[in-house]
Amino acid sequence: MTDEELTAETSEGPQELQERDQTTPVELGIEEGSSLRLPEALLGDHGDIDVEFGADETMIINMGPQHPSTHGVLRIMLELEGETVLRSKPVIGYLHTGMEKTGEQLTYVQGATNVTRMDYLSPLHNELVFSLAVEALLGIDIPPRATWIRMLMAELNRISSHTMWMATNGLDLASSSMMIYGFREREMVLSFLEKTTGLRMNHDYIRPGGVAADLPDGWEDDVMAIVETIPGRVDEYDELLTGQPIFKERTEGVGLISPELATALSVTGPILRASGVEWDLRRAMPYLAYDEVDFDVIVGTVGDTYDRYAVRINEIRESCRIVRQCVEKMPPGDYRAQDKKVTPPPRARIDESMEALIHHFKIFTRGFEVPPGEVYTAIESPRGELGCYLVADGSNKPYRMHIRAPSFANLQALPPLLRGGLIADAVAIISSVDPVLGEVDR
Amino acid sequence: MEAEVQSAAELAGWTGPASTGAGGQEVLHVTRDRYLEVVGALRDNGFAMCSDLCAVDYLRHLERPLPEGVAPERFEIVVNLLSLERHQRIRVRVQVPEGDPVVPTLFNLYPGTENMEREAFDLFGVRFAGHPDHTRILMPEDWEGHPLRKDYSVGRVPVQFKEAPGPR
Repeated sequence: MTDEELTAETSEGPQELQERDQTTPVELGIEEGSSLRLPEALLGDHGDIDVEFGADETMIINMGPQHPSTHGVLRIMLELEGETVLRSKPVIGYLHTGMEKTGEQLTYVQGATNVTRMDYLSPLHNELVFSLAVEALLGIDIPPRATWIRMLMAELNRISSHTMWMATNGLDLASSSMMIYGFREREMVLSFLEKTTGLRMNHDYIRPGGVAADLPDGWEDDVMAIVETIPGRVDEYDELLTGQPIFKERTEGVGLISPELATALSVTGPILRASGVEWDLRRAMPYLAYDEVDFDVIVGTVGDTYDRYAVRINEIRESCRIVRQCVEKMPPGDYRAQDKKVTPPPRARIDESMEALIHHFKIFTRGFEVPPGEVYTAIESPRGELGCYLVADGSNKPYRMHIRAPSFANLQALPPLLRGGLIADAVAIISSVDPVLGEVDR
Repeated sequence: MEAEVQSAAELAGWTGPASTGAGGQEVLHVTRDRYLEVVGALRDNGFAMCSDLCAVDYLRHLERPLPEGVAPERFEIVVNLLSLERHQRIRVRVQVPEGDPVVPTLFNLYPGTENMEREAFDLFGVRFAGHPDHTRILMPEDWEGHPLRKDYSVGRVPVQFKEAPGPR
């Protein structure tokens, strides 16, 4: 294929939302009908919105990519008639750094360092799904302590992610005290993660074969301090926001989504649960040891912004419950699989054994080979189903590493959620979807 | 309970090639012309969500092992479907030839594949016939080529050290 052909083939026209007079009637029908871009079969009634606007009666404005309420570099193009949103389209890609391509250049040992940077609010979940995929291909089992440490860390990370969401959501709805409180609680969790992994974010802690290090001395006290403080603080949030008339006014009945639409749009996580679908991978398809702990799946009834808020705030409480059980049930033993080919030998062994030194050197320079195969693993991240599709070809690097980012799919719910609402509600709705642009763009 | 789990291939009436991925996941190898039909049958039998759709470029492994009756091609579209009622996953793999990289869109079955198909087109150049908004999604509009293809170079930023000897 020549360069010209390639250019001609790949220039596919603009990604932006087009003006009405430049949009074909069929496209406009799809967009108007359902909100945005639903096939005819799923179209609701078109009745409640006037399709007959002229191009000069409406206005297309950009929200973002530099808007503070878009949680990063999300750009949303809104077609407005007065203050009402008629159509909208998220435009993404501003943070695209080719992490899937990078993943193909890194060994399996280095891979966790790469994926952890995708969803920067829940890095441990990214590492976890990658490690689970590699372990499934390798066919190795990890010791029970490693499993429980992973679960403990994942749930702590869920707490920090959700409190961070409480903070930014508070800020978006003009409750700046909520922002300060949310960051305070998040920092508490992050300081424990820092103590354990060495870093506040981008930990590279969960690795294929187990975890990087054992929990630090006195970890029980630190963790218990967290789970004894957070529920009390969550009660304070409840007092501050849950019953507050202004907050309810801004969120109740805003941004409705039906369970059928959410399922059809591949929406997962708190948004799906808020619409009334009881679907949590921790319960439905348990991984790690989630079938051995006791927790409730929080489900909403209406599917509005308020429900999504309620689901998340209660998930903080449930995560605290799981963390408590992890502390009680934490088994003794090894924190990583003792497989010479996959995990490095203990530091002390390197001084006395030439073979251990060789294995250590091999693992950190060349990595390990993974037998050919393909696997899709999925876990429940704070934002929904986080999946990893891994193709191995027998070398020390993944042949293809694809991350199914929950925010990427969840963004598709924005146009139906925004349609027909006020532009002021758009801020509340975008916040309630909780997109993390790092994983949207990868 | 285990014994009652009916395989997804039976549900969809698929008798063609199938394999098992690592971890015991069921994989159906579907030809391009039966792609929509099989995925539609799966959707009608409880697989209500398409959790993932991505492409793979097998340029360096054109002769990879596949179940009997499947002719390997350069590209593959991999679709992961999920059944919320039966707590079951199924993977559908479609071979897409290099010379004619077009597959029908799943948009009318699962509107949630819109972004995913745009991403697969953007990064691999596989086209989705009938997609309502067939544009790039992650790369800029005027980008040339499809970066996740195996013949697309990674590129390097040259690092210049002060004391380094000049080019020989």
